[in-house]
Amino acid sequence: MAGGNFEKFKSDGSLLGNVMEWVDARFPLTENWKGHLSEYYAPKNFNFWYFFGSLALLVLVMQVVTGIFLVMHYKPDASLNAAGVPVAFASVEYIMRDVPWGWLIRYMHSTGASAFFVVVYLHMFRAMLYGSYRKPRELLWIFGVLIYLCLMAEAFAGYLLPWGQMSFWGAQVIISLFSAIPVIGGDLTTWIRGDYVIADATLNRMFAFHVIAIPLALIGLVAAHVLALHEVGSNNPDGIEIKKNKDPKTGIPLDGIPFHPYYTVKDIVGVVVFLMVFCAIVFFAPELGGYFLEYNNFIPADPLQTPAHIAPVWYFTPFYSILRANTVNFFWIDAKLWGVIFMGLGVMILFFLPWLDRSPAKSIRYRGPIYKSALAIFVVAFVILGYLGMQAPTPGYTVVSQICTIIYFLFFLLMPWYSRIDKCKPEPERVTS
Amino acid sequence: MSGSEKKVDCSRRNLVFATAAVGGVATVATAVPFLASMAPSERAKAAGAPVEADIGKLAPGEMMRVEWRGKPVWIIHRTKEMLESLKKVADQVADPESKRPNQPAYIKGEGRSIKPEYLVVVGICSHLGCSPTDKFQKGAESGIAADWPGGFICPCHGSTFDLSGRVYKNKPAPDNLEVPPHTYLSDSRILIGEDKKA
Repeated sequence: MAGGNFEKFKSDGSLLGNVMEWVDARFPLTENWKGHLSEYYAPKNFNFWYFFGSLALLVLVMQVVTGIFLVMHYKPDASLNAAGVPVAFASVEYIMRDVPWGWLIRYMHSTGASAFFVVVYLHMFRAMLYGSYRKPRELLWIFGVLIYLCLMAEAFAGYLLPWGQMSFWGAQVIISLFSAIPVIGGDLTTWIRGDYVIADATLNRMFAFHVIAIPLALIGLVAAHVLALHEVGSNNPDGIEIKKNKDPKTGIPLDGIPFHPYYTVKDIVGVVVFLMVFCAIVFFAPELGGYFLEYNNFIPADPLQTPAHIAPVWYFTPFYSILRANTVNFFWIDAKLWGVIFMGLGVMILFFLPWLDRSPAKSIRYRGPIYKSALAIFVVAFVILGYLGMQAPTPGYTVVSQICTIIYFLFFLLMPWYSRIDKCKPEPERVTS
Repeated sequence: MSGSEKKVDCSRRNLVFATAAVGGVATVATAVPFLASMAPSERAKAAGAPVEADIGKLAPGEMMRVEWRGKPVWIIHRTKEMLESLKKVADQVADPESKRPNQPAYIKGEGRSIKPEYLVVVGICSHLGCSPTDKFQKGAESGIAADWPGGFICPCHGSTFDLSGRVYKNKPAPDNLEVPPHTYLSDSRILIGEDKKA
């Protein structure tokens, strides 16, 4: 809806009016304000699930701001200081103990990382509930998956920076994944590390990725995501197009309300509730029992000793479980490479979701029992995979993770079939309350 | 108006294509120094100096760790009993005769060592690079299996290795632990990172 023919601002003769007219003649200010906010018409039936997009934007801003202030004190340096502690690790302790309010800024940043994944996972689940990835929103969804990929890279690079035991060994495992690639694997791994082991060179490049390269890509993708959204218009819990029913005189969708002030104000309520939970964690449980900050990461990196139990942070564990579930060599490919392939496919398959879904109805409200069951089983399998990824592997757990991995992939691969034969209810003409 | 005036001048279009192609090649070529800058630096390449280890005080049944090229290198003083356990597990390990190239040419067979009692291996799992934990207690006490003969277990993904660093079958790790090039300077001193001079 952006880029419509909005009239240029006409001054009423006041000073402010003159300034506005002067700016508007030189910059599309009115056009963008109206196109993206005051005259961007969003469906009037948004519910709870529609908070998470704006919350993700809030967390992004928070991560950027806290990140800037952390960089003022952090040192990406793996060499040992006079006390025998890596400089990077010591600089994080310095932020926590000696920098005024440093603990708050750092805990906001570390809690923000987990919060980002919480809101993004819920945001993605919303899309799956209401079919928000379906035509004409395929590209919007693809930008979203790219954002998710960037977020994973950003979180991985950021986790290395404190240079604790989990930073070091987590990076060792994840970067070693590339060594599974035939022929070029070994050289590729060395090139990524910049050394023959995880070393100072690795820390410095991850710092560069974390504070410059990935945030730039992320912000660009978020802009593309929002532009794509405003081009096609928001989906809604009924999964029907509000643009089909426009007021014949004004051309405004009958079920649409201006994003500003209606949804800006609604989202403030979401922000307040979110910040209450967020602050409670930052102030009272910033480690969240080892889920947000792992205890082993309070020990400086030791290249000679792997901690007895290593697991990624919670947001990576479903995919880590898929990696570990591959224990059998077949087709001349060893289990290690299969693990990497399936983990990669587990993320990549999300790109194809808009074309895998053949259901006549978009929203779960009008879909049949098959999709509802499939989605429920998928969510349970994903959560179990996430739980198992935090546990030490046992033969029993491995079997469970294998079953859940199969469910994960079948949800997507069988979708073209089961979504078509499902008994859907007719979609309404207009949105329901 | 003649027909030739209407026609697009294709020779000029070819020039456009040629310019774009040359520009494209130049752009790709410009990426080379940037990508190459991420490879290990000259200093990192030079840092792989050999290290010396004194094994004079290493009692039978014990192990020591030294750092070589940022990696842990283990030296294990194996007892007779430990050496005998190697034969028993020969059919349970993936590469019993060390056929795959995970060791210098002079390291052979089940012992994987120059002197049978001293095993020298890089303590990095061939799966995803964690450092395995030593579990020298035998049997159920080890917490691994009732018939565990002693060896190593990787805390990350559960790969197990015997007392020669040979990986057990059907584990995530594809290969035996790497044996670094090493040589004996004397009976009690090992130089790790350098083969014996010819």
